[in-house]
Amino acid sequence: MTMIFGIPVAALMGQLLVGLINGSFYALLSLGLAVIFGLLRVINFAHGAQYMMGAFAALLLLTVGGVNYWLALILAPLIVGLFGAIIERTMLSRLYQLDHLYGLLFTFGLALAIEGTFRYFYGASGMPYAAPAALTGAVNLGFMFLPIYRGWVVIASLIVCLAVWFMIEKTKLGAYLRAATENPTLVQSFGVNVPLLLTLTYALGAGLAAFAGVLAAPVYQVSPLMGSNLIIIVFAVVVVGGMGSILGAIVTGYMLGVVEGLTKVFYPEASNIVIFVIMAIVLILRPAGLFGKDA
Amino acid sequence: MAGKSEPIATEHVAIHPKAGAIQLALLAVILAGLLLAPQFLYPIFLMKLLAFGLFAAAFNLLLGYTGLLSFGHATFFGGAAYFTAHAVKVWGWPPEAGILLGVLGAAALGLVMGAIAIRRQGIYFAMITLALSQMFFFFCLQAGFTHGEDGIQSVPRGTLFGIFDLSQPMTMYYFVLAVFILGMLIIWRFVNSPFGMILKSIRENEQRAISLGYSVSRYKLGAFVMSAALAGLAGGVKALIFQFATLTDVSWQMSGEVILMTLLGGIGTLAGPVVGAGLVVTLQNYLATSDFPVTIITGVVFMVCVLVFRRGLVGEFFASRLGRRLGFRSES
Repeated sequence: MTMIFGIPVAALMGQLLVGLINGSFYALLSLGLAVIFGLLRVINFAHGAQYMMGAFAALLLLTVGGVNYWLALILAPLIVGLFGAIIERTMLSRLYQLDHLYGLLFTFGLALAIEGTFRYFYGASGMPYAAPAALTGAVNLGFMFLPIYRGWVVIASLIVCLAVWFMIEKTKLGAYLRAATENPTLVQSFGVNVPLLLTLTYALGAGLAAFAGVLAAPVYQVSPLMGSNLIIIVFAVVVVGGMGSILGAIVTGYMLGVVEGLTKVFYPEASNIVIFVIMAIVLILRPAGLFGKDA
Repeated sequence: MAGKSEPIATEHVAIHPKAGAIQLALLAVILAGLLLAPQFLYPIFLMKLLAFGLFAAAFNLLLGYTGLLSFGHATFFGGAAYFTAHAVKVWGWPPEAGILLGVLGAAALGLVMGAIAIRRQGIYFAMITLALSQMFFFFCLQAGFTHGEDGIQSVPRGTLFGIFDLSQPMTMYYFVLAVFILGMLIIWRFVNSPFGMILKSIRENEQRAISLGYSVSRYKLGAFVMSAALAGLAGGVKALIFQFATLTDVSWQMSGEVILMTLLGGIGTLAGPVVGAGLVVTLQNYLATSDFPVTIITGVVFMVCVLVFRRGLVGEFFASRLGRRLGFRSES
């Protein structure tokens, strides 16, 4: 068997793939957090809960409505996005004038309430969600077997991340968004409906989380607590990347996922904490984050 | 943090001429109540209340008086619980030495976490403390002395100073009460010291405090370590009360719980966090027997507090006409 640094290539590539997959979720989730934070100045603690809701929406659409994976990939983000829009309009929007910490605390409470509710109805154990038939099986890449679904996760998340980046940086709607981030009052005076823009942004972030949740459903088990530990890691990712840049959030997400995967090969005991350690080091050397502009 | 946003009633209310005496009388009534309480209520419940009350008051030292929202205080509370439990059970230390170790350990953890976290402000500070405390959680999950998922169990309470047998519930209660009062006195003294005044000025306007020549980072770090040490005091005592230390105490849910206690009772008031802790602990006691998950209620109370009840119970009372007439003042 071929070896690199005393590690079998297959094991190394396997963990690299696991790292890329985790990185795909980190990237999607930190992208959503960055989009929401950019305009609303709210750290969305409920992001993990919305990710979990996405996975549950896919599961329930399948078991109750018989809706297949591909449709769920579109429907679940819409459902969770609508839920997010309602929350933003009725409650979250009342907090914009206050200290930003209140937004964090509110969404923390929201996350607890959502997760508690799902646990009450579905228990704490995970439920399996089968990958669509077209994406089952594996291909032989010569040096390793690549499960097709896992490859799909990486590609799908890359496409969505780039699409969101393109929308924000290159389209007219994105220009409104960026302008409103800089100066909401001025943009409003030009006749742009800023409150609507805020609602749409929160819905977009929640929808992105739900999309990640649907992607994750066949990889991990669908369980009410699947998002709560993930969100803390994503927070660390966001601190490392700095929330100033959309592209920064995406790149940092993939990068840290891969680093975490590699740590599993070389020093498994530290794989749980390596992202937090990197966060601490980045904070000491470069407090604004790797791509951050604001100090 | 409430300072910037909460409009304080401007209408002038004359302070009652005997306000000072009434405040003292109120304090005496509360003290007498605490001394007599174990005659009427289950001592373990009361001790839990006191330990969490002290924990929340220590947390409030940071949030209420310095304006820093830590999302990682479980590390100090639960970390100290582990240190105390290990010292008392494995090394056979007397309880007072075990608790002291817990306090010192929590202070050391606070020094490390604080030094990293104060490099960013506001929301970032909260996220960094949360991430670092999650890192400590994973450390406790894997470290040998914490016994992973099992935790450290059947910790002996021991004999305080070689005289008081803490296995007696009443003796233990009065010991916990003494620690609670000591902790609250330290917090009160700290908040009203020149150091505490500088902290409040940092909370109100950090830039101005810097321009006045204060090295803001050092004061923030000092407050962080102080808050961590006092949270450790509560955690060490908690390990002796329940005679175990587990992962629950270092989890992010615990960090969230202490925020809720403080928010519910009143940020920036001395008594608020204790009242909030009392409410949350009582609620948990009632719901412990039903299968309805506490997290739903906790979450909804959180949302309601943030949306419409940001002053908290004690803060609301202080801001009321009666409260102001009696000379009470919320610090935030």
